[in-house]
Amino acid sequence: MLKQIEGSQAVAQAVALCRPEVICAYPISPQTHIVEALGKTVKEGSLSPCEFINVESEFAAMSVAIGASAAGARAYTATASQGLLFMAEAVYNASGLGLPIVMTVANRAIGAPINIWNDHSDALSQRDSGWLQLFAENNQEAVDLHIQAFRLGEELSMPVMVCMDGFILTHAFERVDIPTQEQVDAYLPSFEPRQVLDPAEPVTIGAMVGPEAFMEVRYLAHARQLQALERIPQLATEFRDVFGRDSCGLAHTYCADDAETMIVAMGSVLGTIKDVVDEMRADGHRIGVLGITSYRPFPLAQVRAALVHCKRFLVLEKSLAVGLGGILATDVRMAVSGSGLRGFTAIAGLGGRPITKASLHQLFRQAEQETLEPVSFLDLDRDAVNKQLERERQTRRSGPIAENMLHDKGIVSAGQFG
Amino acid sequence: MGFQPVKFYQTGTYTVGNRLLAADERSVQSSEQRSNAINSGHRACQGCGEALGARYAIDAAMAASNGQLIAANATGCLEVFSTPYPESSWQVPWIHSVFGNAPAVATGIAAALKAKGKTEVRVVAQGGDGGTTDIGFGCLSGMFERNDDVLYICYDNQAYMNTGVQRSSATPPAARTATTMPVGPQPGNPFGQGKNLPEIAMAHGIPYVATATVADLRDIEYKVKRAMQMHGARYLHLFVPCPLGWGTASHDTIRIARLAKESGLFPVFEAEHGEVTGVLKIRHPVPVEDYLKPQKRFAHLFGKHAHPDMVAHIQALADRNIRKYKLLDEEVH
Repeated sequence: MLKQIEGSQAVAQAVALCRPEVICAYPISPQTHIVEALGKTVKEGSLSPCEFINVESEFAAMSVAIGASAAGARAYTATASQGLLFMAEAVYNASGLGLPIVMTVANRAIGAPINIWNDHSDALSQRDSGWLQLFAENNQEAVDLHIQAFRLGEELSMPVMVCMDGFILTHAFERVDIPTQEQVDAYLPSFEPRQVLDPAEPVTIGAMVGPEAFMEVRYLAHARQLQALERIPQLATEFRDVFGRDSCGLAHTYCADDAETMIVAMGSVLGTIKDVVDEMRADGHRIGVLGITSYRPFPLAQVRAALVHCKRFLVLEKSLAVGLGGILATDVRMAVSGSGLRGFTAIAGLGGRPITKASLHQLFRQAEQETLEPVSFLDLDRDAVNKQLERERQTRRSGPIAENMLHDKGIVSAGQFG
Repeated sequence: MGFQPVKFYQTGTYTVGNRLLAADERSVQSSEQRSNAINSGHRACQGCGEALGARYAIDAAMAASNGQLIAANATGCLEVFSTPYPESSWQVPWIHSVFGNAPAVATGIAAALKAKGKTEVRVVAQGGDGGTTDIGFGCLSGMFERNDDVLYICYDNQAYMNTGVQRSSATPPAARTATTMPVGPQPGNPFGQGKNLPEIAMAHGIPYVATATVADLRDIEYKVKRAMQMHGARYLHLFVPCPLGWGTASHDTIRIARLAKESGLFPVFEAEHGEVTGVLKIRHPVPVEDYLKPQKRFAHLFGKHAHPDMVAHIQALADRNIRKYKLLDEEVH
């Protein structure tokens, strides 16, 4: 059913249609609307049986989900940013135990400086946690990814993170096709756990494992992610059969057939990128797009196949490997290693910095001309950075960095240092 | 009350063989039907108070739930000595997640059981004092205030034993640990620190809070049974000596636990909805020296460079417990 609806409300409705049995809620912007809506749904009785638990931290949220999943319940929670870091120990534990929890991550920057706006630092910090990580381009895909995530995670007995850009998607009102309960029930069978805490058949879950078997257990997590590389496209096909639309999959190309320059990205920025590519195509530029939906597992073969026929590629990512450059770009370069392709990395949109069409036009043209630095920072205010670096050279007690930056940029009347 | 005096004509003591009791008064451990929830072959140290306490507590919980029990375990000695791959001592469905989240994992299990309508299955969570009073404290307090249907059992051996005897917020004043060494003018763990978790649990107003020691195993069984008759958040704090960490003889575990109770340093009581409902009285009052001296972790308080002022301070703490919890019978005064 088509609705004009906020992304968070749409996701909450999709999650409710998946009949979770335990939902853990802890507020953190920008995911809060999702759990608020689910709380109301449970309290009014339209999602039953389901236990909605207001926990005392994100660490508890993931821990309650672990207990619930181990006891055989379909478990869901949502978080973002600092919350994801606060639960990190339990995030790794959930995947190590092989518990198919589904969690929405409403992508948001990580402090300091504290910042509630969108980038991908939070989810990518859990890159190696063992969770499957799927990135939504728009709210329709966010809805569809959640339905597929429960199916995929439970089949593989692995947890799945559905990542959607904070505010840009979570708070955006878009037209979204909300499926019917019948459709979701037809696609998503009830949860049949591989392991369950059951007095009739006692098992020990989470035993200590030493060097004699630890590598095998970790490899099994890797093996399941490799299985996911096969299952994700199949599940997308089955999804189309039931719901009548293409959604999700590993990665998607746009205007790629004759492209000499390819732009690689994840999440909602793909919409802006495609608009810019349309405009550049109209001017005769041979430029295309590769959007990555499945960040973990990373579809090396699909990425390589999508890029090997171009001359150069630019990875535009909302994340920064401090001291190196790109995080997504590193994986993309691994996919095309040995191909001789020129690759560029652009770090963009950190902490919610707008990624404008004007800036992308300029960036993409520089990429075409191969005049970019290997790692560039879109719309970085070099003057502000240089002023602070000079201040640090001249004054030992140069003061709090964020406050200086706000002062230099004239945003607030902050104390003056140096 | 599980600890009301029972006079026995043979000895005048409170100890009695099960054969002399009515069938329904016999201990869980004496029953052929006991669950052996933690079976033999685990790797606990000789004389481990935690292994003893856990066996009695979990078997009693199994008996009280007709075997319909799931256990969540924090990281710590109990988890490590009972599970190294490929062996497990647990004959109950059991899960270990991480150090600080056993109460929350138990909440999740209880929520799943409720959603699935399996109301006959009960949930316990357990951890050491570090996992309970320090790193798991946030999750424990959350589980308490939501009044989740979980019995949490803390096995208190007063330090991080699994990592090599470091101080926790349950370590008593003056005790030597690897991070509170007996050096300097105030050797051992400082006075005026630490937290009293049974009282904090009571402050949550949860249905049941109790303390017990491995010196009175029948009392442990009684309190577990009592706790299992209730629903909501319940807390049991068991005093379990650690021969390795305390520097006590492995055959002295029960004696040391008894001296902790008899000196007044560890008050044994139970409380419902925040109010004390019963106290295990001191039967043979002893000065705190009797409890401290057999333990190498307090050796610096005695001998050539003795600290009688610190011993007096510890005695004052015991005396305060005795007054506060009315641990002595009126006629003893």
